Amino acid sequence: MDAGITLMDVRAFVPELTLICAGLMVMLLDLVVKKKGILAAVGIAGTLASMYATYKLFGFIAPQNAFFGMFVLDGYSNFFKLIFYLNIILTMCISVKYLEIEKASFGEYYALLMFATSGMMIMASAADLIILYLGLELMALSTYILAGLMRKQPRSNEAALKYFFLGAFSSGFLLYGISLTYGMTGSTNLAEIAQAIHMTNIAGNPIMYLGLIFILVAFGFKIALAPFHMWAPDVYEGAPTSVTAFMSVGPKAAGFAVMGRVLFDAFGAMQVQWTTVLIPLALLTIAVGSITALSQTNIKRMLAYSSVAHAGYMLLGIITGTVDGLTSTVNYLMIYTFMNIGAFSIVIMLRREGFQGENIEDYMGLSKSHPLASALMLVFMFSLTGIPPTAGFMGKFYVIMETINAGYTYLAVIAVIFSAISAFFYLRIVVYMYMKDPKDEVVLSNSPSMTIALAVTGVMVLVLGIFPSFLLNLVRSSILG
Amino acid sequence: MVPLNWYIMLSAVMFSIGVFGFLARRNLIVMFISLELMLNSVNISLIAFSHYLQSMNGQILVFFVIVVAAAEAAIGLAILIAYYKNNPTIKVDEINLLKG
Repeated sequence: MDAGITLMDVRAFVPELTLICAGLMVMLLDLVVKKKGILAAVGIAGTLASMYATYKLFGFIAPQNAFFGMFVLDGYSNFFKLIFYLNIILTMCISVKYLEIEKASFGEYYALLMFATSGMMIMASAADLIILYLGLELMALSTYILAGLMRKQPRSNEAALKYFFLGAFSSGFLLYGISLTYGMTGSTNLAEIAQAIHMTNIAGNPIMYLGLIFILVAFGFKIALAPFHMWAPDVYEGAPTSVTAFMSVGPKAAGFAVMGRVLFDAFGAMQVQWTTVLIPLALLTIAVGSITALSQTNIKRMLAYSSVAHAGYMLLGIITGTVDGLTSTVNYLMIYTFMNIGAFSIVIMLRREGFQGENIEDYMGLSKSHPLASALMLVFMFSLTGIPPTAGFMGKFYVIMETINAGYTYLAVIAVIFSAISAFFYLRIVVYMYMKDPKDEVVLSNSPSMTIALAVTGVMVLVLGIFPSFLLNLVRSSILG
Repeated sequence: MVPLNWYIMLSAVMFSIGVFGFLARRNLIVMFISLELMLNSVNISLIAFSHYLQSMNGQILVFFVIVVAAAEAAIGLAILIAYYKNNPTIKVDEINLLKG
């Protein structure tokens, strides 16, 4: 171990630094800039700069441990960073007009999005439980504020309150799990934990098991696994829709990033133990998400339960415990980013001055007045259901295939059955749009940046559905290399 | 010399009281205090382990936990005040605008 932090260490941290500096700049510019759309442009530029830094570092620096093995820069973390970049750019594109309509057009919004994203990036790169905790808190504290952004609206206040209390509760569990693991293994470094478990042969130790369960509970809260999903529908409904789109993808992806890293790198020797915990959780998550979504009348709540169910499908890939399974989960996450943000973009478009547009009935006869928007919503709904030739089908296909390859055939069967049940509530939107008469005239609030976001998500959902091997190979090569 | 077990037991009891308080009490401020209790029980166990193992990692984490807890308290109270301005109640049972 060297005596100090070298320039090489700092270099590995450049993408996060760029994003944080850009966020601070947005905060300062907020004082002088009146048109908040400019701040979004600055934010996107900062994110692109950060993306460029990641791209340059990926070829330039081999996977290495910076900051005394606390911060790792490998293909796995870089791929997750790509998901976070796409998430924040698409969110910024869809929020400009929406925030003006909601009269919540604050400059801090863009800065907080960037701070939350840098927290997620730190989580993806964390090779030490201390860094993991700090990244998680940076992400969580920023998203608590984002959920309560519309501070004049009681619904937004309540969403932030619930999110804050349950989030803080879960980070208490995470810390207790970390402290037990630290006490048993004598280290907070993931590689050293794995080594200690192997050397002292404490994989079957009950206190070790307890620590692992506490950590899993905390991750379960972040990625909204049943029975820790209770906050999700309320927070998703009350928060501003653009923030809902952001946090239905970002924190979930970050949660899966650390879950994959911690379970595979640190607790690899305890695979028997964690699969026993995760299998019932995954089944319960898929069941609860798919069944409760059936009775929802608010589309944001419906999409919240749908994202709970999707978390269950993604978890199947982790349960397999193989690199291929992890690949399928990461692949699914990337696809999920596009289809979920796309669906939320259409929800945002329905919102206009004096019209909430959150009820499923509001979609009645949308195809008559807005055929293009309805066609896009149709694609997103098909993709969320998992109907070919959309990307959602390929995501589900690979996850379920890996589940069968790992020998969990019954899990795959149950997942497919609930996937068929979930078709009811997704296709109900399609039926409302195409087979019902319009109730009253719907005006969509469109903007150039929204068009770009919709075009990108729509094209990606179709392209990744027709040519799935490109993305899968990219994921595989980045996880292996 | 107090044995390690006692500290761990103290921390486990404190953590359980915190969890119970969070789940059972119906006042937001008391729930907030319970959260702080949970975090501080973790601090006790981390320091005890750190002393027992003669490694610094645990104590470093404790400093971070204290800092984050302060930030969390600031944000949490700000959210609470923003909420209270619109609906003046701190009873959890009355916070039911969004049906869960």
